[in-house]
Amino acid sequence: MRIEEKLAILADAAKYDVSCSSSGGTRKNVGKGLGNSHVSGICHSYTEDGRCVSLLKILLTNHCIYDCAFCVSRRSNDIRRAAFKVQEVVDLTLNFYRRNYIEGLFLSSGIFKSADYTMERLLQIVKKLRTEERFHGYIHLKTIPGASEQLVREAGLYADRMSINLELPTEAGLKLLAPEKSHDEVKRPLDWVNKSMIQLNEERRVMRHVPKFVPAGQSTQLVVGASEESDKDILYTADRFYRDYGLKRVYYSGYIPVSKDSRLPGIGSPPPLLRENRLYQTDWLMRFYGFEVSELLDDAHPFLDTAIDPKLSWALRHPQEFPIDVNSADYRMILRVPGIGVGSAQKIVQARKFGKLRFDQLRKIGVALNRARHFIRCPDSVVTMREISPNEIRQHILSAQARRFSPTQLTLF
Amino acid sequence: MEIYVFDGSLVGLLSAVFTFYERKSAVVKLMREDDYQPDLLGGKVEVHSDHGKAARVWKGLVKHIGMEGLNRFYAAFLGEDAAGYQCLFDLSRYVFERGGDVMEDFGNAHVLFVSQLARKVHREKHRMEAFVRFQKMADGLFAATMEPDYNVLPLIRKHFTDRYADQRWLIYDRRRKYGLYYNGDCTEEVAVELAERVEKGDGVSLPQNLLAADEVLYQRLWKGYFNHTNIPARKNTQLHIRHIPKRYWRYLTEKFDLHL
Repeated sequence: MRIEEKLAILADAAKYDVSCSSSGGTRKNVGKGLGNSHVSGICHSYTEDGRCVSLLKILLTNHCIYDCAFCVSRRSNDIRRAAFKVQEVVDLTLNFYRRNYIEGLFLSSGIFKSADYTMERLLQIVKKLRTEERFHGYIHLKTIPGASEQLVREAGLYADRMSINLELPTEAGLKLLAPEKSHDEVKRPLDWVNKSMIQLNEERRVMRHVPKFVPAGQSTQLVVGASEESDKDILYTADRFYRDYGLKRVYYSGYIPVSKDSRLPGIGSPPPLLRENRLYQTDWLMRFYGFEVSELLDDAHPFLDTAIDPKLSWALRHPQEFPIDVNSADYRMILRVPGIGVGSAQKIVQARKFGKLRFDQLRKIGVALNRARHFIRCPDSVVTMREISPNEIRQHILSAQARRFSPTQLTLF
Repeated sequence: MEIYVFDGSLVGLLSAVFTFYERKSAVVKLMREDDYQPDLLGGKVEVHSDHGKAARVWKGLVKHIGMEGLNRFYAAFLGEDAAGYQCLFDLSRYVFERGGDVMEDFGNAHVLFVSQLARKVHREKHRMEAFVRFQKMADGLFAATMEPDYNVLPLIRKHFTDRYADQRWLIYDRRRKYGLYYNGDCTEEVAVELAERVEKGDGVSLPQNLLAADEVLYQRLWKGYFNHTNIPARKNTQLHIRHIPKRYWRYLTEKFDLHL
């Protein structure tokens, strides 16, 4: 098979893994080798679906002994199969990297023969890149479920990030769609790697030359919309994994139908992109805005509001917290105002040391006033006669958004 | 009002600040020689670029706003923006007259403008770190041409030098007609005229007969990869174009048929 065909098949099979982050690496180019890490990562291109292309994301092979219903490479699926040789992956990675196409390699694989056999091959590739080719670019390596602890730990010495996908947010969903797999198989390697990271970090405090070990941390992926989970199920699971295994990221992947299986949404049904977006927004609120997941979702509200973003939704449910005075409120509360992001919040806290801030200055700083103005007070705030109810605010913001996004003029009748 | 005309260099801009205090001017409009029109109202003052004066202003600025503030100042300067030059001039005055580190005073119009311009320049720098596409030449040189919105070569120099330490490379700015060349040892600014073809449909590429033997294969592989890693069910053209504005397409192997 020609290398072009192989690349086509094995890129096609790998693309449903959404992680393409190349940030968090700390590798420097030592001794005139090739490559280094960029602290914030670099997206070298964007596909027509608007997703970032940072890494050469491929499977080593799409042969697989498992039959997970949601996976395009499941053994019962009638598709073309291919496998790279070790040297082919090395050559592709280096030649793409030298032309500044990519930040590095994202290597995953279907499981052929056995988990250990597969993991060993992956290990061979990353080892060769690091030791023989002196490649210091980014490597994201998938952990193969069921691989031995020794192989997983050794891989950690060469990879910048390791990940293993939970896929279904609940054990029940997994039992239904991938009965050969279990959440435990995912938790075990996450735990090994996490413990090694913690241990090496402690050693680093007292010793100088401790080897790098998964410097960009671990991540996992949850498939959204393949089974019946609520947003609460998904985000509570994510929250637990962030806590238990110190994950850097949880990815949410709107399920794209690849099977006629009656247990799954049919081929052609659109992926739940808006829901996916709201999940990411909530994930951000948990990681960067100081929200607890229980503040955003609970038994009374198991699903996120799709019409408005989760921060606005939270603010409207807690009118007693607002309005706040931007010139005196603490950073924590400013972050909670809809329409104010981390960047603007930091600017506000810095800039107000030099004088009181007014609305026009906030706008220039980058605050989205169409949302924020309902929740803040400035010296030039208009005093209203009566309180506006949360529902009125919601309607107001929604209709302003509708005006902005529909270019057609309203008709009279 | 006096109109200060400077040569467009950083030394010139800093000399203008020095001149302002030397002449005890009142209201000053600062512009580049290229932008100056003789019929403008106000007396013209030609600013002489003086390294000694510039160094004193630079030192004064460091004292107040630190290296971090100066990096922002320098990035905004590379923005090559007429209003930006004026703002940098006014900001310098604000620094010396108010004293202390004013770079976080975003309520001040000059500080905010400079900070926003610097951000735009940094975004362009980051884009170039992403969008530069090297083509391997027959003699082993990795060459790239580009046309950044701002003069970002000085800012991307370190990134590419650190990263591609074991290959010779050249990045050429077509608009400003100079490049960075790394010879395997160090990187220097060079003024070269790079042989290139501008093809039908506006793509920019290097002549095929000068390329390394496997260059076309890797361009084809990359293009193939780019198309196969796309998920058609998620098509989102608006987002795609927001991330890669069309003006960059002519330099991107994956967006333009170069040698295929």
